[in-house]
Amino acid sequence: MTLTRRSVMVMGAGAVVAFGLPMRASAAGEDKIAEFTGGADMAEGGITLSAPEIAENGNTVPIEVSAPGAEAILVLAMGNPTPGVAEFRFGPLAASQTASTRIRLAGTQDVVAIAKMKDGSFARASSNVKVTIGGCGG
Amino acid sequence: MTRTALIPTLLGAGVIAAGAAFADPVEDTLILNEDIELTTWTEAPAAVEGALSEVISGWHFRGTETRAMQSDDFDNPGMIFVEDAMASWDTVEGEAGKSCASCHGDVEESMKGVRAVYPKWNEDAGEVRTLEMQVNACRTENMEAEPLKYTGTDMTSMVALISSVSRGLPVNVATDGPVAETWEAGKELYYTRTGQLELSCANCHEDNYGRMIRADHLSQGQINGFPVYRLKNTKLNSVHARFKGCVRDTRAETYKPGSPEFVALELYVASRGNGLSVEGPSIRN
Amino acid sequence: MADNVRPRVKAPRKAEPGEAVTIKTLISHPMESGQRKDSDGNPIPRSIIHRFTCEFNGEMVVDVAMEPAISTNPYFEFEAVIPEAGDLKFTWYDDDGDVYEETKTVAMA
Repeated sequence: MTLTRRSVMVMGAGAVVAFGLPMRASAAGEDKIAEFTGGADMAEGGITLSAPEIAENGNTVPIEVSAPGAEAILVLAMGNPTPGVAEFRFGPLAASQTASTRIRLAGTQDVVAIAKMKDGSFARASSNVKVTIGGCGG
Repeated sequence: MTRTALIPTLLGAGVIAAGAAFADPVEDTLILNEDIELTTWTEAPAAVEGALSEVISGWHFRGTETRAMQSDDFDNPGMIFVEDAMASWDTVEGEAGKSCASCHGDVEESMKGVRAVYPKWNEDAGEVRTLEMQVNACRTENMEAEPLKYTGTDMTSMVALISSVSRGLPVNVATDGPVAETWEAGKELYYTRTGQLELSCANCHEDNYGRMIRADHLSQGQINGFPVYRLKNTKLNSVHARFKGCVRDTRAETYKPGSPEFVALELYVASRGNGLSVEGPSIRN
Repeated sequence: MADNVRPRVKAPRKAEPGEAVTIKTLISHPMESGQRKDSDGNPIPRSIIHRFTCEFNGEMVVDVAMEPAISTNPYFEFEAVIPEAGDLKFTWYDDDGDVYEETKTVAMA
């Protein structure tokens, strides 16, 4: 069976996927954030998250995260069946705390990136990505 | 429901939204690997005289990130399949103990320009052949190997390899001479309404390109970019596989890949893109 | 073992001492998320690459914990500092226990 958007969507029980209607943010997402930050406050700024406003296709959405001086960046898809996407840890030979990748989004939702800085503080950025289904190509 | 009643119903249901600005093809230039500039927007060839004033590659109808992904051979996941095919090119298969390389040598030299003129007439066989048909003919007759499944990954990867070495060259399929009859048959198919939705290829790709069909951008339906790595299924898709899907989407009984109908249609649709550069493997949604 | 898994890396062959270079990696892998069902309705079990690391001469550049939301054919782009001549080592860890590796040597310019 080919891995198509349609087959993923059929799985997403209760998920509303029409254009523009937001998905419920999962409580699991907030839990993951709390786990990562230990409940600490997160600054707005100091981290950038680039994601398209409208995803060409939810199966492959290019994103980029950047947080100068960060030790680690956690990326979450708040409306996916499981919110975890990736956690980037930057070592001593990372030239910049920047990374790009391609992710799967099950529907319109917020993608959240949280940076843990070397000084122990946290920063947060989020981006709303519209994911559509429909049209002849699917 | 009669055909005339169907269109207003579809329009009313917001299926075809007129004038949505961001559906229009984006002005941009495709430069491959910072090296070759591809022709993706040019004046209409003779094959579509009267029907279109300009021909535009599907590349212009996709989003910024998708267009960028295609401009670099490393970023383009379709090239993974091309690399697989390069390994197959050198692999001996079949009773005759040959690989593609045994006869054709280096793929970049021997296959340059080939994709640009397919589908084309094969004099010995007395038929119009697509690249897939020619690959299988070579395999069965010259290599004495098993034919590949027409829309399978192995075949589509090989077609992508052959296509990749022609990128930048203009599509230039013949429409007259021995192929004329096939071309006419393909043209008729293109303009014939089928299925419960009573749609022809032209209804969307000629009459409404640049508009939204629900959440999708309608392109001109050009095939210069095939085989296509679709983000939706993260693999390479061949022309006939796409045709099969399109016909199914009109809710009609669809044709088989490799069928005379699809061969004729592929020849006609390819000719509609004469002048555009070979782009495959491209990236689309 | 997952079939047909092949890593690809784009990294420069030469760098000035201390230069920051861009690295791109791609590995062909289905990244079966565990969300899909087969035609009989049975869930297809998760089978993904769950970790990717890049090191230079043994020192860490980046270490990524990956979840099923990373797309098929995982792609990463990041920057590394090249302090001296040496080897960039890339490692991908599969749920099924397989480990895929690729090494790229970088000379001094």
